[in-house]
Amino acid sequence: MKAAVTVWRSGATAAGIALAVLLLAAVPPTRLAAQALRVPYQTFTLPNGLKVIVHEDHSVPIVTVNTWYHVGSSDERPGRTGFAHLFEHLMFMGSEHVPTGQFDQLLEAAGGDNNGSTTEDRTNYWENGPSSSLELMLYLDSDRMGFLLPEITPPKVDLQRGVVQNERRQSYENQPYGLAQENILQRLYPADHTYHWPVIGSMVDLNAASIEDVQQFSRTYYTPSNATMVVAGDVTLRQVRPLVERYFGGLARGPAVTRTPPPAVSLPADVYATLEDRVQLPRVYDTWHTVKGFAPDDAGLEVLGDILAEGKASRLYKRLVYELQIATQVAAFQDAGRIDGKFEIFATARPGHDLNELARVIDEEVRSLAESGPTPREVERVQNSIEAGFLGRMERVGSFGGKADQLNYYDYLVGTPDYFQRDLDRFRRVRPADVQRLARDYLLRAHRVVLSVVPAGHTELAATEGASR
Amino acid sequence: MIAPRSRLLVTAALLAALPSAALPAQEVDRSHPPTLPPPPTLRVPAVETATLPNGLELAVIEMHKVPVVDVTLLVGAGTVSDPDDLPGLATFTANMLQQGAGSRGALDIADEAAYLGASLNTGAGFDAATASLHVPKRRLGPALDLLADVVLRPTFPDTEIARQRDLRRAQILQQRDQPVAMANVAFAAIVFGATHPYGRPASGTETSTAALNRDRVLQFYQAYYRPNTTRMLVVGDVTLNEAKRLVAARFGGWARGEAPPPPTASAPAAAARSIYLVDKPGAAQSVVRIGQIGVSRATPDFFALEVLNTILGGSFTSRLNQNLRETHGYTYGANSQFAMRRLAGPFVASASIVTAKTDSALIEFMRELRRIRDEAVPQAELAKAKAYISLGLPAEFETTQGAARQFSNLLLYDLPLDYYGTYIPRINAVTAADVQRVARQYLDPDHFAIVVVGDRSKIEAGLQALHEGPIAYRDMWGQIAP
Repeated sequence: MKAAVTVWRSGATAAGIALAVLLLAAVPPTRLAAQALRVPYQTFTLPNGLKVIVHEDHSVPIVTVNTWYHVGSSDERPGRTGFAHLFEHLMFMGSEHVPTGQFDQLLEAAGGDNNGSTTEDRTNYWENGPSSSLELMLYLDSDRMGFLLPEITPPKVDLQRGVVQNERRQSYENQPYGLAQENILQRLYPADHTYHWPVIGSMVDLNAASIEDVQQFSRTYYTPSNATMVVAGDVTLRQVRPLVERYFGGLARGPAVTRTPPPAVSLPADVYATLEDRVQLPRVYDTWHTVKGFAPDDAGLEVLGDILAEGKASRLYKRLVYELQIATQVAAFQDAGRIDGKFEIFATARPGHDLNELARVIDEEVRSLAESGPTPREVERVQNSIEAGFLGRMERVGSFGGKADQLNYYDYLVGTPDYFQRDLDRFRRVRPADVQRLARDYLLRAHRVVLSVVPAGHTELAATEGASR
Repeated sequence: MIAPRSRLLVTAALLAALPSAALPAQEVDRSHPPTLPPPPTLRVPAVETATLPNGLELAVIEMHKVPVVDVTLLVGAGTVSDPDDLPGLATFTANMLQQGAGSRGALDIADEAAYLGASLNTGAGFDAATASLHVPKRRLGPALDLLADVVLRPTFPDTEIARQRDLRRAQILQQRDQPVAMANVAFAAIVFGATHPYGRPASGTETSTAALNRDRVLQFYQAYYRPNTTRMLVVGDVTLNEAKRLVAARFGGWARGEAPPPPTASAPAAAARSIYLVDKPGAAQSVVRIGQIGVSRATPDFFALEVLNTILGGSFTSRLNQNLRETHGYTYGANSQFAMRRLAGPFVASASIVTAKTDSALIEFMRELRRIRDEAVPQAELAKAKAYISLGLPAEFETTQGAARQFSNLLLYDLPLDYYGTYIPRINAVTAADVQRVARQYLDPDHFAIVVVGDRSKIEAGLQALHEGPIAYRDMWGQIAP
């Protein structure tokens, strides 16, 4: 999933964000469960194209409405990076029948909460609340789906532009290593690829966003036919359907969304780059181009990432942090979206160590996996943890990464909302020989982007071509 | 990929039976929000308890929706028990539990937990150390074996002590990159002073970390990790009898001991309002913390303070967030909280502010912090806050970890286990006069500490011009900066 680049509307506490990232980043379990994972659902589509998925879970008297608009930062045009996320913020600024501020006021007064987030591929919105608040949620969501533009004025765009720019400062510029990802993306993807820029966008482009951009984006993408809505919790289809028809039935279908297939990605040679930052310790990022989400090798690459760096028993943690004690931390993961994917390893050096030392060990461990493969127990350990993660994500209906959000995720990525068991099966099918092949083909034999982030004035700590590899 | 045909056919058949209830769109009345039915009643899961002969108290909550179990041990070994000369010992000891236990080494423990699909965590908060487990039901037995090793039979090998000590030194160095962490450490030190248990950095200092060794860890462990100072909560797909049997077999032999009582500490007298500036050259934002010592969890004003804080800075529509974010765009978010602990914890209002608007944002912070004392809260705003708290409560019991969080709080602070049965009426009884009374009683703007971590060269002049108090210069530990 595209967890690493998700940009939130707000509100979430640090812990909440960490939880959401965790939930999205890992993947949903069954050898550990006695029965297969099932999230039963029913679905219907309105004449205007809005697809609705209803999942009943009567364990707690709450309801969630989770709407995915099939638009993300990869639909932005040059010079307008960050716009999809800015638009997400505007969706909370009032609509024709819901004055500014009332969206949140009404929901909170009904005991509800809400949030939204944007990735390269999609923009999601959810409201959680007591089951009694269902009709209010549908009223609010339909009004902003159908009647947003009359209320969006230049001052409102300016205000949320300011908020989003502060989000960029808080979550990227004022965070150590916070600008690494955008530096990697621009080197990994060609300029005409829609994953070339980060979801948060650039300050310059955010400044350029105009009211006309808002109008055009809304008419193109924020339509019933470009959205899927999951209603889940202590409700029934019989209750949900008439309400959805009442509030959404009169909204006009939008134009069909067409997209140009992305250009091919190829790195003909390794790309080395160094970024000076306000950090105490240097960090090296290795990034390889891989495959998109749910492609045949996607799950195996996730298992590879976990064998390399998930937990203290992982190979890179054991070598870099535990035995050699030259790093403070290490991570490795497949990060796959709807269009494309990448595999990333990063490690932070301890005081007194440079990035070539770390890079050398990373290469040794990748080579060892590519030549000898993991042990069956390593693969099984990772599979068991992944399975437990799936099970954990069956507990919650709403918010980021709850069952409703996952139903929308699967529906958009694979066309089947209840794909939980089949998704888990992908991971269960991975064998040691698969991991070995993936380490060889996608990492060892492929070119990569190597980004060193070093304390300002200390470029001598950077990883250098040929020094290590 | 293609949806399975069979499911679609089934769905279509179900839908055909539904009445066609759609109103034509033009008949939808959008002029006002819909009238909602009465809210559902709160269903709090039942708690059952048992006490083992060695004094270990066990609470069990059955939740059978998903085959998982969440286990939490709350041990009276929190950072409040840190020796004065060794802040960070409690968190270090809790971390060391996992670095070797029984016959297992550090890597074996991590490997076994992952193999079982178990999340095994140990750590220390202010008032308790915790050891927790979240695991699929089918692996509960072996996962509890692991948990028991970690809590009852840690070996604290010298090599592992050295390894974790070194890692912690590097992490403390990295705090200098994290303005939010810097602001929190400095704020606590300034408000509570370095000798109060809540004023010391939970992860220690460079000096204290260097002094950590096996003897001190072992002494701390032997003094504080005892069954009679521990409460255990099991939530999930188990029954009381099953939990009792599993726990007694593993924790029944844990020997009682006389642990020193948790310290009492008197709060230092609050200083006159001052701005404490921690320089962070080049920072894109100023991280702001405004507050003072607040209340303990035992406060009789708990419910009024919950409502007060929800209005002030506890939700998206709270005054601080609306003002600083939604009206002025100075920040991505502003909030406040009363951190309630065994002793009085801090009240703190927080935001990260774009550097150029640091002074303007402080004006708005102070305006809101004074206004909630000076003016009674309007009825609609009061009603919204009460509804937000009371109607939002059921969702807190949705997951095993959510329910565990709610009940851990009761266990930790000696509150009755039927507490949530009366929670909603007690929230609903709070009046505007109550809110104003507790605002005046517990918010004292004349004695706020205003901590700002930001680029001094860009914000100092603006802060001086505010006339909200003298500026003192502090380092990331909250100590007087050279």
